[in-house]
Amino acid sequence: MTSLDDNSKEKLRSVSVDLNNDASLVIDIPDALCERDMVKFTVHTKTTLSSFQKPDFSVPRQHEDFIWLHDTLVETEEYAGLIIPPAPPKPDFESPREKMHKLGEGEASMTKEEYAKMKQELEAEYLAVFKKTVQVHEVFLQRLSSHPVLSKDRNFQIFLEYDQDLSVRRKNAKEMFGGFFKNMVKSADEVLISGIKEVDDFFEQEKTFLLDYFSKIKDSTAKAEKMTRSHKNIADDYIHISATLNAICAEDSVGVEIRGLLEGRVASDQELKLTELLRYYMRDIQAAKDLLYRRARALANYENSNKALDKARLKSRDIPQAEEHQQQCLQKFDRLSESAKKELTSFKGRRVMAFKKNLVEMAELEIKHAKVSLTAHPIKHTV
Amino acid sequence: CFNWLRCDFCSLQLEEEEAKSSFDVDVAVTNPEKVGDGMNAYMAYKVSTRSSLSMFKSKAFTVRRRFSDFLGLYEKLSVKQSLHGCIIPPPPEKSVVGMTKMKVGMDDPSSVEFLERRRAALERFLQRVVSHPLLLQDPDVREFLERDDLPRAVNTQTLSGAGFLKMITKASDAVSKMTIKMNESDTWFEDKFQEVEAEEQQLRKLHVVVDSLVNHRKELCVNTAIFAKSMAMLGNSEDSTALSRALSQLAEVEDKMEQLHQEQAASDFFIFAELLADYIRLLAAVRGCFDQRVRSWQRWQEAQSTLQKKREAEAKLLWANKPDKLQQAKEEITEWEARVTQYERDFDRVGMAVRKEVLRFEKEKTKDFKSQIVKYLEAMLQSQQRLIKFWEAFLPEAKAIA
Repeated sequence: MTSLDDNSKEKLRSVSVDLNNDASLVIDIPDALCERDMVKFTVHTKTTLSSFQKPDFSVPRQHEDFIWLHDTLVETEEYAGLIIPPAPPKPDFESPREKMHKLGEGEASMTKEEYAKMKQELEAEYLAVFKKTVQVHEVFLQRLSSHPVLSKDRNFQIFLEYDQDLSVRRKNAKEMFGGFFKNMVKSADEVLISGIKEVDDFFEQEKTFLLDYFSKIKDSTAKAEKMTRSHKNIADDYIHISATLNAICAEDSVGVEIRGLLEGRVASDQELKLTELLRYYMRDIQAAKDLLYRRARALANYENSNKALDKARLKSRDIPQAEEHQQQCLQKFDRLSESAKKELTSFKGRRVMAFKKNLVEMAELEIKHAKVSLTAHPIKHTV
Repeated sequence: CFNWLRCDFCSLQLEEEEAKSSFDVDVAVTNPEKVGDGMNAYMAYKVSTRSSLSMFKSKAFTVRRRFSDFLGLYEKLSVKQSLHGCIIPPPPEKSVVGMTKMKVGMDDPSSVEFLERRRAALERFLQRVVSHPLLLQDPDVREFLERDDLPRAVNTQTLSGAGFLKMITKASDAVSKMTIKMNESDTWFEDKFQEVEAEEQQLRKLHVVVDSLVNHRKELCVNTAIFAKSMAMLGNSEDSTALSRALSQLAEVEDKMEQLHQEQAASDFFIFAELLADYIRLLAAVRGCFDQRVRSWQRWQEAQSTLQKKREAEAKLLWANKPDKLQQAKEEITEWEARVTQYERDFDRVGMAVRKEVLRFEKEKTKDFKSQIVKYLEAMLQSQQRLIKFWEAFLPEAKAIA
């Protein structure tokens, strides 16, 4: 069982802000267990709401349960005008596991110390992946609990409370919805969104902005990941250098000091943080784009209903139904637009604040880290 | 006092000053210039010497030398001095690729790096030569430093590519294959030899990893530059003004980081990697020096065995009663007795010389490693200080986001 103390959770939370402000529903993931390929999260809820059976309770959940919850929310008509928080990505231990395997194979060719250090590094990497996946699942739930509408969702409550295995429900849900929404040609959404005749300036601007920003942030995420990987490679090199130097000049004090300094240069969290932020908001912006898509569909539906009404009038047939249908489409579209406007505005604010928090923390960490390695430096310097 | 290294550094400086006062020779290799055109073109380096020693004609002087001149010097010294158990510093290796690039006149970053690498290596080679008390006295060294036009060196073909190391290894193998094994009561030489071999292996291993570090650091440079551009694009796309500005600033900071990484990569290579490469070659030279002693011993043993044969031949002749052949045999015995004595003295002398050389070498090596590592750490330190300044400048921009 791996426990995350409050301190480290606080550090991890700079991806999203303004969560868990409402004391009426407080969710966290205090524990998680890693078994082979599966992670079991302990979802803990503290609530003052009467809709729940108990004020304080915990349930075990798997990643697939989170996906089920996300998908049911996406496929709920009522929430068409909301940005549904992006689903947490599947826990991926592939990279550290592969490295651990390679390390095992190469054990014979390195010294005991080197092997121990590399193993330590890998275990830290493993732990980092683990912490990251817990955080991302936690943030997903907290986004829901801090949303005025989504927090009241029935399935959300089931997810938090139901003390049996959810997998039965998951299967039923699949049969019910058939996942047809997801199977729809998603690539058409870009065309649809950009093709629509926009009368509302706000949405026109949002559309332009989101489409462009998404491609840019996707690119930045990929480039950030590459840069972070380079840092990691260098950190691994330093471990090998350090171990070999130790073998050469163990008693030589210079060797010891340079090793100490080199080890301090191991890739730290700052670059990783920025990569995490970019990755998260890339997914969030995709969710915002999905909202625009749904609105575009609603608008298309309304326009189609208009055409149908005209046709009905021409044919003098089924006019009341056509009128009714047109009214419904218009109402739906208006409700959706109103909701979407609110969502997108608060999304912008949230995003800017999250970036600010992350960038400030990153800069502070860079400075702190560099200063620490300076004071540990054996050579006297004047600052 | 946590500044043990500073204390050590001070004593290092003191040692340097002492060394300077007794050896007072400063050489520098600078200003490579292309001479000629096409496939006959070559690089000429400025070799400047400053010395107060009376053996030189003046206190400061300059000559121009090309790469093959350096190789020629090494050849001459090898032939003369190695018999005395001297450790001759090896010169940098020939490189067909590098040379061709120079002739063709390319000035891309890798060609520039090659030239700088070679210049620095030639300088270190000369510095090691002149700081060796025996080699400094060699007239060929003086001629190399002083003479205005040096006759072109021939016979440098043997030193192409990895030729030098191959040469030592081959010779070393040949020596060990000799059937007569030395029976030493003093295990100093055998122990030391094994130490040298082990250390060479360690340095090779270290060199591989440092090479990896250099490459990864160069990759980091590229990836950081690409990331910086991507950040700038993102900043342009951002519709919140303050965040947009902050992202653009971040892109600039990352550009500066790339610059830092470039400098660090140069430091990794020129200070750390080249140090290791030098000592891998030097340790091979040390092994060669041990081999000289073994050869000397062989010669002595062979002479003894020849003397023995001559004595047996004399005994036979005594029986056969051939007076003039007998006279010749006696003369040969005298000659070989003298040789045996001479070779034994040679062997002892070489042994002492090798011992002295190795101890001197070890002292130099420790000094060299310490000073290079100090340089490396200093470079890192400066890099850190600049890094702090960059991020401290960025921080208010990040805080200003609203």
